[in-house]
Amino acid sequence: MTSAFVIEQILNGVQFGVMLFLMAAGLTLVFGVMGLINLAHGSLYMIGAFVCAWVSGWIGSFWIGLVAGLLAAAAVGALMEILVIRRLYQRDHLDQVLATFAMILIFSEGTRWLFGDQPLWLDIPQLLSGAVDLPFGVSYPLYRLAIILVGVALAIGLYMLITKTRLGMQIRAGESDREMIGALGINIATLYTVVFALGAALAGVAGSFVGALQSVQVGMGEPVLILAFVVIVIGGIGSIEGALVASVLVGLVDTLGRVFLPQFFALFMEPSAATSVGSALSSTSIYILMAIVLIWKPKGLFAAHD
Amino acid sequence: MKNNLLKTLSALAVSTAVGVGGMASAMAENVKIGMITTLSGGGSSLGIDVRDGFMLAIKQSGRTDIDVMIEDDARKPDVAKQISDKFIQKEKVDILTGIIWSNLAMAVVPPAVRQGVFYISPNAGPSALAGKACHENYFNAAWQNDNLHEAMGGYVSAEGHKKPFILAPNYPAGKDALTGFKRFYTGELAGEVYTKLGQTDYAAEIAQIKASGADSVYFFLPGGMGIAFMKQYSQSGVSTPVFGPAFSFDQGILAAVGDAAVGVKNSSQWSKDIDTPANKAFVESFQKEYGRLPSLYASQGFDSANLIISAVEKAGGAKDADAFRAALKAAEFTSVRGDFKFASNNHPIQDIYVREVVKEGDVLTNKIVAVGLKGHANAYVDQCKM
Repeated sequence: MTSAFVIEQILNGVQFGVMLFLMAAGLTLVFGVMGLINLAHGSLYMIGAFVCAWVSGWIGSFWIGLVAGLLAAAAVGALMEILVIRRLYQRDHLDQVLATFAMILIFSEGTRWLFGDQPLWLDIPQLLSGAVDLPFGVSYPLYRLAIILVGVALAIGLYMLITKTRLGMQIRAGESDREMIGALGINIATLYTVVFALGAALAGVAGSFVGALQSVQVGMGEPVLILAFVVIVIGGIGSIEGALVASVLVGLVDTLGRVFLPQFFALFMEPSAATSVGSALSSTSIYILMAIVLIWKPKGLFAAHD
Repeated sequence: MKNNLLKTLSALAVSTAVGVGGMASAMAENVKIGMITTLSGGGSSLGIDVRDGFMLAIKQSGRTDIDVMIEDDARKPDVAKQISDKFIQKEKVDILTGIIWSNLAMAVVPPAVRQGVFYISPNAGPSALAGKACHENYFNAAWQNDNLHEAMGGYVSAEGHKKPFILAPNYPAGKDALTGFKRFYTGELAGEVYTKLGQTDYAAEIAQIKASGADSVYFFLPGGMGIAFMKQYSQSGVSTPVFGPAFSFDQGILAAVGDAAVGVKNSSQWSKDIDTPANKAFVESFQKEYGRLPSLYASQGFDSANLIISAVEKAGGAKDADAFRAALKAAEFTSVRGDFKFASNNHPIQDIYVREVVKEGDVLTNKIVAVGLKGHANAYVDQCKM
């Protein structure tokens, strides 16, 4: 095992982590500000990927597709908030879960109806294809490196937005006291729509990026949604910093667990048994991480409400 | 297609009506086939191809005494089981067929054959049904699950590769696959990895392949998993040659994998360039009927239907179970894959070819480059006591 191998796996973990962050950020914002559990967040991820694949197949440019995916996800998010979600803020979480679960079904069947059952294909842009050489003898796919950079840039941007701008101030105020900022003359309804659309746009970007790496198909959002929930629970519900730290943590634990757990068991077991025990354990590693964090800090690493 | 379905439905309506009236009818003599296959969701392209190949053979036979009912299992074992119960108890089918996935086959086949229904498998061939749980009414017209992997194991050995890295999903068919590979591959391995079923990001595994010093890669990742793997592999800057079973390099999937697949060797019991009149006619008529090239799944559906038709012809229907069973076992039909007969556990004895992905004009397709295993049966013949 060389240092190049370990560095490459760490990069893989970070890349997975920043993609998770884009999903988790929207989810945690919506929960933090509006107290809403949105199961349909994965559908916004899927919508971003489908629109990106469709537009880039049509126009022939991944970048235009990416912008289209972002806008489409934001637009659908805003529409969803105005038409449905708005009615759910006063209800309890069970009603929210039911309604947003129904939206998953509607979006999935609607997408199947529009695009069919076959996966769509989205190619990695020419500009970012192939691998690059990094220090320490690491050769790494350029596209994944670009994902890390874009993810980090978006995380910084989001942090600036929340800490330095007026909108961010309103969002933070909304997190701590919803009624008060309404009383201070801020249009809560617009604020909620904007926050929801922002979260949707981030999910759409994540979907577009990942779509080019994997495949664009109905139901692609739900596995990521589950991981995003794990992330926001670990990070502390409502906390953006928490979401970032927890995303990278989950990304690293999952990737490194997949690689090193089987090798660890191979030290004292026969190879085939070690592979199966190792891979079985590695698929549960992030849930074990979540359990440990919750025992130590029951409200997550960066609890927003104490 | 639509016509056939309509015909089937109206025939059904008539036969039920007549049945209620208590009159004897010629319709009651028809052979009834229930097809349970995957027509929606992930993996639907497999079921669609099996169905289209099957219905093409029925159409070409020109027989009006065979009714086919088709239902979608959506890749769910419980749905498949419900449909099979309905087919057996309500529709009183003689024959079931169509299942793509081994876990669905394990849920449906054993209870169905115990009730005296015949099952002809156009795809799934789990080891249990070839070995200890084999049954005289169960016939597999495709392959036993291990077959294609065994052929590739032998081929990778024969090509002089000394350190293959092998990977498959962590579920029974994945384990069967790597077991099959290792049964015929004789050297040492650079690594053996089981991934999560349904995993779509293979960055960690690709880095492991790179670091392992492997001289070749063998993977069994059916459906979308394989497409994602190949896309990411081609971007990773690794140039170690890749081998696989036909499932990840077949006609339906090649367009999605793209140019990354060119040059990949894969094993299959069928290929569109098998040079027999039956195969040429099949490829041509399939293309004419559906406007696309057939896949190996389509060929399996086509062969399954022709096997059934040959047995119906020989036994004069499916009502005399012993005669029908003997006629199936004789397998007196012309398989599009060439020589075909049944081993004692009702699984095929056939040649497994090694194909290479090539580009014909703009279309990616396969051509045969070698014979992997000649007249190959399966490893479970001795475990089957019928």
